[in-house]
Amino acid sequence: MRYIEPHAHMVSRTTDDYEKLAIAGCEALCEPAFWAGFDRSSPDGFYDYFRQLTDYEPKRAAKFGIKHFSWLCINPKEADDPVFAREVMSIIPQFLLKPTVLGIGEIGLNKNTQNELKIFEEHVQLAVDHDLPILIHTPHLEDKLKGTRLIIDSLANFSKIDRSKVIIDHVEEHTIQHVMDEGYWAGMTLYPHSKCSLDRAIDMLEIYGSDRLWMNSACDWGISDPMAVPKCAVQMKARQHTVEAITKVIYDNPREFLSQSPKFVL
Amino acid sequence: MKSINMLTKQELLDLQFIEIRHKLIDLGAFLDRIDRHEGESDFRVSALKDAIQFLGEDRPDRSAAILNALSDHSTELPQSATFQGATGAAQS
Repeated sequence: MRYIEPHAHMVSRTTDDYEKLAIAGCEALCEPAFWAGFDRSSPDGFYDYFRQLTDYEPKRAAKFGIKHFSWLCINPKEADDPVFAREVMSIIPQFLLKPTVLGIGEIGLNKNTQNELKIFEEHVQLAVDHDLPILIHTPHLEDKLKGTRLIIDSLANFSKIDRSKVIIDHVEEHTIQHVMDEGYWAGMTLYPHSKCSLDRAIDMLEIYGSDRLWMNSACDWGISDPMAVPKCAVQMKARQHTVEAITKVIYDNPREFLSQSPKFVL
Repeated sequence: MKSINMLTKQELLDLQFIEIRHKLIDLGAFLDRIDRHEGESDFRVSALKDAIQFLGEDRPDRSAAILNALSDHSTELPQSATFQGATGAAQS
């Protein structure tokens, strides 16, 4: 079964993982810029990271027939220092011209601070100014509910934003309704210990329907599973979802959202 | 076109009961383990015990209720973060 992995941090994964994804039917994957598991010491560190995302990873993926796209930003964990964050943001525009960069992401909040919120809003303005899609990270665990509400309130202040071009990721049962009611897309992240289990994600599909929803593995340097999306497809089949319903959520929906960038061509 | 034939309760029980039973016993064993070990417990155990109560309620949103119970409901925004991580339960 073909599918799109719309959120994976492949810089942290092995080449063997690309092979597994290809065997499972992955046609394309998207890599948002995020935390590397440690704080980078200079904007130069981000310059090299953006080169890795826009030059090296597309070539590594192509060896397995997978198209690789990216999103750029300074992530919320490292955005709590506004001076540093703005230095990094100043180098983003030159990379936006790269042929595989789709938009701004994953921006958002981590510990729901004033500094994070300010840099989040500056990223949103950058996306609006360049008419780019936005991929938003919501905070972890106990911080998710408050952060999701802050993000939604903040986005409401941007009158020019097209909500159909914004996806708010890592929703769970207590935040999905807030996101869907406001007209944004929502992402469900399938993680072994935090975020959504396979069955909880399927529960949300059954309760809320599959419009404006996608699933991702968000596999990175931590405990995560790059095969989570195809595994969830198998579990959907076990729960008697039709092939058409499975295809909609793992292929058609991400393709619909991502195709809002003219660079997303399969 | 119908996109799903929802499993019956019986089918769902046949498919998942043993897995869920395993998770429930693991939860009990974890609390036993905490009690048995030396040292001080902290807010996470009481948050867990508070959240567990929703399991016994007849309501359609137990998972959301548990997530809400474990969430930070404060309204103030600190200027910057004192640490980057998350503990899984709000400390009141």
